Amino acid sequence: MMRQMLAFLSGSAGCIVFALAIIVWLHVFLMAEEHVPIFICLVTVVGLGVAANMLKVTDAVRTSLAEHERLWNLCALAVPLALIWLFREDHYNLFLIGAIMVYAVAVLGLNVQLGYAGVINFSCASFFGIGAYTSTMLMTGAGLPPLAALLLGGVMAALVGCILIFPVLRTSGHYAALVTMAFALLFKVFMDVNDFFGGPQGITVPPMTLFGIDFSHNMLFGDTELSFYLRYDLLCLLLLGLAFCFVRRLERSWIGLSMDAVRSDDTASACFGINISRWKITAFVVGNCLSGLAGALYAMMQAYISPANFTFSDSLLFLSILLLGGIGNMWGVILATVFVVLIPEKFQVIQEFRYLIYSGLVLLMIIFSPKGLLPRQPRSYS
Amino acid sequence: MEMELLLQFCINGLMLGMMYALVAVGFTLFFGVLDVIVFSHGDTVMIGSFSGLSMYWWVNAYYPAMPAAGTAFLVVLAAVSVVVLLGMGVADAVIVPLRKAPALNTLLATMMLGTVLRESIRLFFPDGSNPHPFPGLLPDWSWRSSQLTLRFDNLALFCSGALIIALVHFIINRTRLGLAIRAVAQDEEAAKLMGVNFRLVVLATFAMGAGVAAFAGVMNGIYYNEITFGVGLLLGAIGFSAAVIGGLGNVFGAILGGFIFAFLQTIGAVAMPFAAAYKDVFAFGVVIALLAWRPTGLIAEPASKRV
Repeated sequence: MMRQMLAFLSGSAGCIVFALAIIVWLHVFLMAEEHVPIFICLVTVVGLGVAANMLKVTDAVRTSLAEHERLWNLCALAVPLALIWLFREDHYNLFLIGAIMVYAVAVLGLNVQLGYAGVINFSCASFFGIGAYTSTMLMTGAGLPPLAALLLGGVMAALVGCILIFPVLRTSGHYAALVTMAFALLFKVFMDVNDFFGGPQGITVPPMTLFGIDFSHNMLFGDTELSFYLRYDLLCLLLLGLAFCFVRRLERSWIGLSMDAVRSDDTASACFGINISRWKITAFVVGNCLSGLAGALYAMMQAYISPANFTFSDSLLFLSILLLGGIGNMWGVILATVFVVLIPEKFQVIQEFRYLIYSGLVLLMIIFSPKGLLPRQPRSYS
Repeated sequence: MEMELLLQFCINGLMLGMMYALVAVGFTLFFGVLDVIVFSHGDTVMIGSFSGLSMYWWVNAYYPAMPAAGTAFLVVLAAVSVVVLLGMGVADAVIVPLRKAPALNTLLATMMLGTVLRESIRLFFPDGSNPHPFPGLLPDWSWRSSQLTLRFDNLALFCSGALIIALVHFIINRTRLGLAIRAVAQDEEAAKLMGVNFRLVVLATFAMGAGVAAFAGVMNGIYYNEITFGVGLLLGAIGFSAAVIGGLGNVFGAILGGFIFAFLQTIGAVAMPFAAAYKDVFAFGVVIALLAWRPTGLIAEPASKRV
């Protein structure tokens, strides 16, 4: 019986079951408003996870993922689409779904840096912020169309990354950590004392407009009024999909192989003729570009940004997502983003304590289960 | 720029430098012994200020007739004992179990620990989210001319800070405990084989670092006359920067780094009066530039690497 079920799950059916389970669970969890149902949801998912691990269902799912990758990718696209459609009139939940996707893009960028090339970066939120501020200033100051501003936000983050990479390359270990940390603090203080960028009060961000459609208005579909966040969510999904494909291609290419070599042992890879600096620079710039793009889109979606969105603690948040998900595993990263973004939002009634609980949980996680939810699997060359 | 004003800036810079040096010494001690960066150290400093303040309130409530010197002593004692216990607890519960983990995990774990400490004070200390006035504790004698104020308490704090660093230096270089600490720092396995009690050495080092941090916390309170729960993050970042620009694992490097950072902040405020708010931007920018120039700090670590 058990064996039959495992065989069933390791085929293409496993993918469909898993996707449906995620849609149902996320729908229930997002709809839940009282503490007790929210808590029951969390306990259920933890219990299911532990049970799945004990009954070897995780291995079956992993086999299914390896063998039916195309189907999994399609399902991964279908899950957010289904959720967006289910919540089509609900501003708040649509915003949360969009925020998850945008954060996931930024963490994918961090994943390229830290997970593949092993370049440490404690200033991910600053590059997120650079993208946000650049696109905002280009729209309000220079009157650029939002799409161009969005792309230039990513370019600007990459350019600033090009400058910061020099001290990072020259240093290593804790010293490199300090360079990026100092940059994160510097960025926050600079934005706080600067009047040009709105100072500590922040600035409002004009909405996205694409092909003449203003993203800040609700739209009518038949006789239902769809939330204006729906368009943003679709754009976020597009960005996440592109970023995901890009990072996956990068990982599977000889570039990803070189980056893995640089991370695992830089001396050995230098002996084999791999140019260490080249791949570290590439990873840092690509990662920051993704963070910048994500930040620019996040700013438009939120319609308002202030330096308090891009502090050092936010960089730590991005890093913890990566660590919780399992460094280097893209599915793990996205799963961890869902939890890290949703749980604090859902427990807003005990908002006072959420940072305390959250940082305590991450601390325990690092001590007792440092590999994260879904550790990255070894490369398969078959 | 008048001479006296310049002198005033120098005095303030020296005070800040001593405070940063005290924090940086902790960072460098921990790095020396266990090769870890304990980023929550800045928040430990903050806990020191708050335990000192609690003791002050307690003394004021129950023994209002206590002479000032006695109060000051009790405040420092409370800060040091609470923080030493905390430091040893942190070492035992977090740092030692993570000894074999990748450096990033340890760094992140201690950052999370710092957040836990900071949030605990904000939530559980009475009215913890607001700044609290910190008592002066020392007699407020001062000597002033037109633009220069020399305060007795600043002088006393500076001298005791210097004494404490000298004491740490003495313990590390002249005592049996110091010998054990240096042995563990050089080679943990070999030190254990020679009969060094590893756990005891680690706890002693953390107790020492934390004690110094507690004093820095009280000093911070007296100097600014005010403490907030959030001061630990910036103090931690500054202490870490100071320890790193000096060169990790070197007590003199930490002192040098502390004074350099304070000097940078003061220069940032003096040389650019039109942009005094940018002093931290300037200081951190120079830190990045310094590291680009000397990648392992001004007093470099021995950089041999076994392949």
